[in-house]
Amino acid sequence: MSEDLSLKEMQKTWHGSQKAYAIGFIVSLLLTAASFTIVGLKLLPPSIAIYVVSALAFCQAVIQLIYFLHLGQEDRPQWESLVFYFMILVLLIIVIGSLWVMYDLNARMMPHMNMHMN
Amino acid sequence: MTKPLLTESTTPYAPDPHQDIFSKTTLGFWMYLMTDCILFASLFLVYAVLKNSTFGGPGSQDLFSLDLAFAETLILLCSSVTCGLAVLSAVQNKKKHVVLWLLATLLLGGTFLTLELQEFAHFIKEGNSWERSAFLSAFFALVSTHGLHITFGLLWGIIMIAQIMHFGIVTMTFRRLTIFSMFWHFLDLIWIFIFTYVYLIGVL
Repeated sequence: MSEDLSLKEMQKTWHGSQKAYAIGFIVSLLLTAASFTIVGLKLLPPSIAIYVVSALAFCQAVIQLIYFLHLGQEDRPQWESLVFYFMILVLLIIVIGSLWVMYDLNARMMPHMNMHMN
Repeated sequence: MTKPLLTESTTPYAPDPHQDIFSKTTLGFWMYLMTDCILFASLFLVYAVLKNSTFGGPGSQDLFSLDLAFAETLILLCSSVTCGLAVLSAVQNKKKHVVLWLLATLLLGGTFLTLELQEFAHFIKEGNSWERSAFLSAFFALVSTHGLHITFGLLWGIIMIAQIMHFGIVTMTFRRLTIFSMFWHFLDLIWIFIFTYVYLIGVL
């Protein structure tokens, strides 16, 4: 069973299509242009723009995962999706956990905080 | 008399179809990309923590050019699409098109790398190298790790073109072309976050 597929079978499993690349390209282009315009022309105050731009990046990542990397389009059992979701879990634990610890440390190291500590 | 536990007719599920070399290779490479993702997440994290540790040096507002970063983003996005079209041509057995799309990918990737290196050279010439502050160390670590991936991607692309020209589109070259395209799309994905978190939010 551990044999290679024939070229035809391999080509058949490829999920890309001209339409998918066109959609991915146009949507990515629009999202990039939108975030560039928001920041470049200062359309929003910085505190709001951070969230808007992050949301646009997140959307673009999802679009590229679906249309360029074909996430979730493989045959069952979907090992690649499983690995992906596990990676997201590990990534969130590392990122949120570390940020929490580092900012907490930072706050405790502030000179003016010492008064409250004592 | 014991009955066989599982026979072909009684199994409710079909056997796992991912037993061939092609599926194993793509899954293995995908796992590598996912661990690479965690590497980049750690570098992003370091950058986020050290972003304001400028040690009296220039901050992100003073350094970054939004136009340059936007141009780099568009170039990399285009190269991602041309790389996808190369695989699509391979699916249709058009050898000449595969080589042409790969050449376009390499050309765009090379332009991207040149722009990035020019930016680095500009920073270093003004005395703002990675030695200047913790913020700049984190910036160079993050962005040059991505640049290093692009460099290896370009080398891989050159070898890929040579193999396609020499062997044509066969199982081996098709498999390698597929994982090359995964690598290249992945680098574009990482760059979106560099563009957003380093450059866009940096100049806010």
